[in-house]
Parts: sequence; structure tokens; C-alpha cells
Amino acid sequence: MMSHMSSHAQAVLLFLGIGVVLLIATLVGRVLAHRAPPGKRATIDNLNARVNAWWVMAALVGAAFVFGKPGVLVLFFLVSLLALREFITLLPTRSGDYWALVAAFYLVLPIQYVLVGIAWYGMFAIFIPVYAFLLLPILAASGGDTTGFLERAAKVQWGLMISVFCISHVPALLTLNIPNYEHRQLLLIAFLVIVVQSSDVLQYVWGKLCGRRPIAPVLSPSKTWEGFIGGVASASLLGGLLWWITPFSFFGALGMALVINLMGFLGGLVMSAIKRDRGIKDWGHMIEGHGGVLDRLDSVCFAAPVFFHLTRYFWA
Amino acid sequence: MLEPLVARSLTGFIRLLTGSRVFWSGRLAPGRRVYYGNHSSHGDFVLIWSALPPTLRAQARPVAAAEYWRRGALRRYLIGRVFKGVLVERDGAQRTEDPIAQMAAAIEAGDALILFPEGTRNPGEGVLPFKSGLYRLAARCTGLELVPVWLENLNRVMPKGRLIPLPLLCTARFGAPFGLEEGEDKQQFLERARRALLALAPENA
Repeated sequence: MMSHMSSHAQAVLLFLGIGVVLLIATLVGRVLAHRAPPGKRATIDNLNARVNAWWVMAALVGAAFVFGKPGVLVLFFLVSLLALREFITLLPTRSGDYWALVAAFYLVLPIQYVLVGIAWYGMFAIFIPVYAFLLLPILAASGGDTTGFLERAAKVQWGLMISVFCISHVPALLTLNIPNYEHRQLLLIAFLVIVVQSSDVLQYVWGKLCGRRPIAPVLSPSKTWEGFIGGVASASLLGGLLWWITPFSFFGALGMALVINLMGFLGGLVMSAIKRDRGIKDWGHMIEGHGGVLDRLDSVCFAAPVFFHLTRYFWA
Repeated sequence: MLEPLVARSLTGFIRLLTGSRVFWSGRLAPGRRVYYGNHSSHGDFVLIWSALPPTLRAQARPVAAAEYWRRGALRRYLIGRVFKGVLVERDGAQRTEDPIAQMAAAIEAGDALILFPEGTRNPGEGVLPFKSGLYRLAARCTGLELVPVWLENLNRVMPKGRLIPLPLLCTARFGAPFGLEEGEDKQQFLERARRALLALAPENA
């Protein structure tokens, strides 16, 4: 039985599987690029850029896993930093927000990851929603600028909630004590990331194959009902089939994956509402073919805290 | 000896800090040229400097305020040895050297200059009226190319009077080069230069 394998062997198997999928995607992409007429290269070039970025992301996650908990903490700390900088860059603040932003980048962000690192659940779960929520507007008020004050305070708080609080719930999975699942929590992170990211890919593929009816024409014109249903259903099934790396049963894993995918999809809509309001298409330009870090992680942001708490309530 | 290393680490640091993105409106060959930009922080010239490809960077020298950069050994080292800046005295009543002559000498020697024609750091949005130095330099050095560079967001990374930089993303947009046209007077030329710079700004600026 696969569930009797050591967690190490499971992780190796998992990454081999990811490697095979990416290898196939790379080969398909190369063949398509070779065959495509010169005028129709754009979509395929974008596809290949995306596949290349997947390789880099898989390698980064793999490298972080090799270093265990410290590796994962450092990786997601950096991810939060990049996401917060994209968020704050695109939502203009005023010079009166200077000290609030200094505190957000140089105090709140590292403290949150230290709290997750020392597994102080009672504090990392409320640090940003309570303490940062109260401290930052005090600092902003000390700047003595009242123009758009509530809006500015909300922007900074939102940036922290999305890019630091929510993303830190991915490494926070390592702090859960799940009976009969000791020392295997890294696989829980792998489960979350694989389900969310494959949901994004499968929604894209289903949408391209048979997408017709737009699901949210104002928020995100490219998303369709067909892409949503096909993508969420197939990614949830994939999650169910990965039950052997989780503490869940097949149906438990299927249900969890469904919740993750729904939160991820809705999170993507929320984040594109913000982008549309700012008149931009992507949060950043860091990852070729994907836009910024936040473009790739918007669905993780919304799925991670819910996945963390459901797992904690029912399994830990 | 150490200077290339210091220069390289500063370039790397500023790129990492600002995640700087650079947009070009065409290829530039080394030549007699002034890069001029909007001025909002002391870090401005470093961003332009580090955005330039190595061949152009090697000949680019920032024009910097002497009274700021002559204070302290570190500043003197950075501006003198690392950036090879042209230090000009801004106070017209007390200065001993003519800034235009200093800049023209650097151009004649084959260098390119990085210059902020607003003359002072602008804490607000938009662009202040230009000082006349840009015109006098262009009138003195025939065939001088001017390249506008719009720096976006750097005033948020390093606001005036603050010490700790914020790690926000910055953009440097290089415009097309132009020169002084025949019969153009000072006011017309400065206004044209200012508009060429503003044209690079995104609409919400």
C-alpha cells in the first residue's frame, strides 16, 4: 500500500511525478512551437514560458523541501515579501504612510514568519488581524495626512492580509500535530500547492478546449463556466487521488481539494477585481508568462488559511 | 581596485531593492549624451546608472550637488571613485567654478552625463520647471544628444528626508534621444525637454 511508504519515498515519488508531467508539457510545447506557423506563435510561446516557469517553481519548492522546515519558511517569507511589494507598488500610498509601510515590511512581515517558525498558533493567527490592524493606522495617523486616510489604511492592511497573513498559512501547515502523520506535514504543503496550481492549469485548459459561457464577464472575461466546472472537478479528482500523501481518506482528500479549488477560484476573481479597478492586467513582471508572484499565487492566498483551519479542526 | 566591486554590489543592491524594470525606446550607442530625469530622491542617479547596459554605464557620470556629496568620507569616496560624478556647486553667489564649463569639459572628454534639470528633489507629483543649465549645455556642446528618463516610484522607495528605503518596485523609462534645434530659444527648448520627459510618465502620474 502506498500509505505505508515512508514520507521520504512519497516525496520522491511525488516530485518524480511532477517531473514527468512537466517533461511531457515541455515536449508537447516544443513540438507545437516547431509546427506552428510563424503568425500563430504567441499563445504557444506563452505556454512554453509558463512551462519553463513551472520548472523553476517546482525546483524551488523541491529545494526548500530538501532543507525541511527552515527551507520552507525562508521560501514563503521571500514569496510574501515579493507579493507585498507588488501589492503596495500597485496601490499608491502617500508619503504620510511611510512609517506604516516601514513597519509592514520590516516588522510585521518578519515577525509573522518568526511566529509561524516557533509554532505559536495563538499569536500568528491574530498578529496581523489584531495587532498590525491597530498599530499601522496609528503610525499612518502620525504622518498627519488625512487625504483618503481610511482607503490608505485599508490598502496597507489588505496587502498584509493577502501577501503575508494568508501566504504564511502555507508554512503554518508544518505546525499542525496530526495523529499518525508526524514528520510528514511537508507533504500537506505539496498537496495544497499541487491541487491549487493544477486547478489553475486545468481551468485554463478546459476553458481553451470548450469554454463558451462567461462566468464573470466583468471581473475576468476569460473565465468560463466550462473552464470552471471542468477545471475544479478534474483538479478535485486529482486531489482525491493524492489521498496517500495526506492524513485524509480518499473522500476526505476529494472534499478538501474541492474546498481549496473553490476558494482558489473565488480568490482569483477577487484579485482580478482589484487589478481591474487599478486598470492593470498583471500584478508584476517577475515570472515570464505568468506576470507577477501575486498572479500565480492569488488562489493560494485564499485557499491556504481555509485549508489550514479545516485540517486543524477535523484532523489535528 | 575595489571600485568596480563596490559599483557592482551597489548596482545589484539597487536592482534587488527596486526590482527595477527598464524600458527603452530604441538602442543607444555610446556617445556625447545627457540622460536627464525627474528628481525625487538621492538614489535617482544610481537607478539610471544601474539601468544602463555596461558599455553605456562605463562612460556615464552623474552631475551631483557638491554641498551634499562633499560631506563625509563615504559620500566623497562614492561620488569621486565609484560613480566618478561631476560635482557642481549649486549656490551661484559662492561658487568658484562654472558648472556649465565643468559639464561641458566632461562631455568634450567623451563622457555622458546624468542630470536632473529640476535642480532640486521634487517631493510631489509631476515635474518642476527646468533650470536653464540643460539649454546652456546643449547650446555649448554641438551635436549633444538628450535622452529623457522617467523614474517611476522611486520617490516612494526613498522619500525626501527618510533613511530607510522601502522595497517597492521601480521603473525606468528611457525616451528617444533629441537635440537642440536650429533657432530654438531657451524657453522653447526647456519646455520641449520637459514635455518629452512627462510624455514617458504613465497617465496617472
